Amino acid sequence: MSKKHYFDPADLAKFGHITAWQKSMGDKFFAWYGEVMKEGALTEREKALIALAVAHAIQCPYCIDAYTSTCLEKGSDEEQMMEAVHVAAAIRAGSSLVYGTQMMNHAEGMTM
Amino acid sequence: MSVHQRTKSLHARGNALSDTFFQLKVLNGKEVSDARFPAFSDAIRQAGFPDGRLKPTAIEIFQVNVGKLCNQSCAHCHVDAGPDRRAENMTKENFDRCLDILSRYDIPTVDITGGAPELNPHFRWFVEECRKLGKHVMNRCNLTVILSNPKYRDLPQFFAENRVEIVSSLPHYSALRTDSQRGEGVFEDSVKALQLLNGVGYGKEDTGLKINLVYNPTGAFLPGGQAGLEAEFKRQLKRKYDIEFNHLYAITNMPISRFLEYLLESGNYETYMQTLIDAFNPGAVAGVMCRNTISVSWDGYLYDCDFNQMLGLKVNVPGRAHLSDFDFETLANRDIVLNQHCYGCTAGAGSGCGGQVA
Repeated sequence: MSKKHYFDPADLAKFGHITAWQKSMGDKFFAWYGEVMKEGALTEREKALIALAVAHAIQCPYCIDAYTSTCLEKGSDEEQMMEAVHVAAAIRAGSSLVYGTQMMNHAEGMTM
Repeated sequence: MSVHQRTKSLHARGNALSDTFFQLKVLNGKEVSDARFPAFSDAIRQAGFPDGRLKPTAIEIFQVNVGKLCNQSCAHCHVDAGPDRRAENMTKENFDRCLDILSRYDIPTVDITGGAPELNPHFRWFVEECRKLGKHVMNRCNLTVILSNPKYRDLPQFFAENRVEIVSSLPHYSALRTDSQRGEGVFEDSVKALQLLNGVGYGKEDTGLKINLVYNPTGAFLPGGQAGLEAEFKRQLKRKYDIEFNHLYAITNMPISRFLEYLLESGNYETYMQTLIDAFNPGAVAGVMCRNTISVSWDGYLYDCDFNQMLGLKVNVPGRAHLSDFDFETLANRDIVLNQHCYGCTAGAGSGCGGQVA
């Protein structure tokens, strides 16, 4: 088998095949996944926007493709989708910056 | 703001897809793409329809496509309509034939479409005559026509006086999504037109005047759930523009005409067809619109639906496929003409001129 890259868009369509080597766990995962993404206290559109943001935070190319499509299907527009990506980016940036308090605490503890 | 044309018709550009036979060849893997997909009739057979045949349930909707002339030229138009389609407009003679049929048979609803139906010079007279016959009249209004010329500004009052149910495309509550499909300026004029329609009572409680919006995807993807989209459209249009409407119909784009051109040119054709086929819903077949509709073209021919009309697939009743040979019983027992584009009406929750079907 020759392989020139790690990510192949065609693999997204094979996601369901992961049950082949561990059916019980795989089936449980997809049942749970389906339940999570169904309309509940949050709409399917809102859940798709959260998924899109998470996809960017974890930098999963499959998830980015999948949830860009889903967001459009559920009626979100470009502005809303980009805002969701900014939320992911802001939390990522903030999670680094908040460690600045640890740095400050440590520095204050060892300086006059 | 005036509407900027998104494109010209395939017909005006001399595009090969303006030939309906060529489109059918593409859909069957014999032109442009060599992708072959399972025959729709096989899918129908597996869904439990004997011999892969589909029969009407009734003739309840008489859908009249009065012409291809339109003040817009949307990128996805299945009619290949536009300002350059001046030749195809229903004549008084064919309208008279429609009225004769409507007076003789108990067909409760007349669904008027185009093009922009209001641009046909006989439009208002035809609406009034249908109402005199006691028919429920629906008009597929593109909204911007109301703003396109001062002589159309009183259309909202005309619609209200005749209790016409309005069905209008608005693919998104965002200007960018709407204008990318329908042309720059369409969203702004659509909002103004909706406000004028609200102003005469459309979409308001207790008036009985209905305005339903049509959502169709602005790209190579399927519509999401109709209820969720309707809730979001209602929230956003009320919040931003104080617009109210009755229902949102989510309609899947058919892989024909200018949307087929888009699919082929953007490299999405095969993926889109596979998406439709993967989403085939046997439960949606029973409710497809061709089972209770007769579609009439500007030149008086009869079809199972507006999509078959645009592919030149006349009703399968030899010698009786024109208004002048209309035979209710034969039509009520015909076999509906099927082809690969029919996957568009059976994907997901199903789709028709009235939105989701399953």
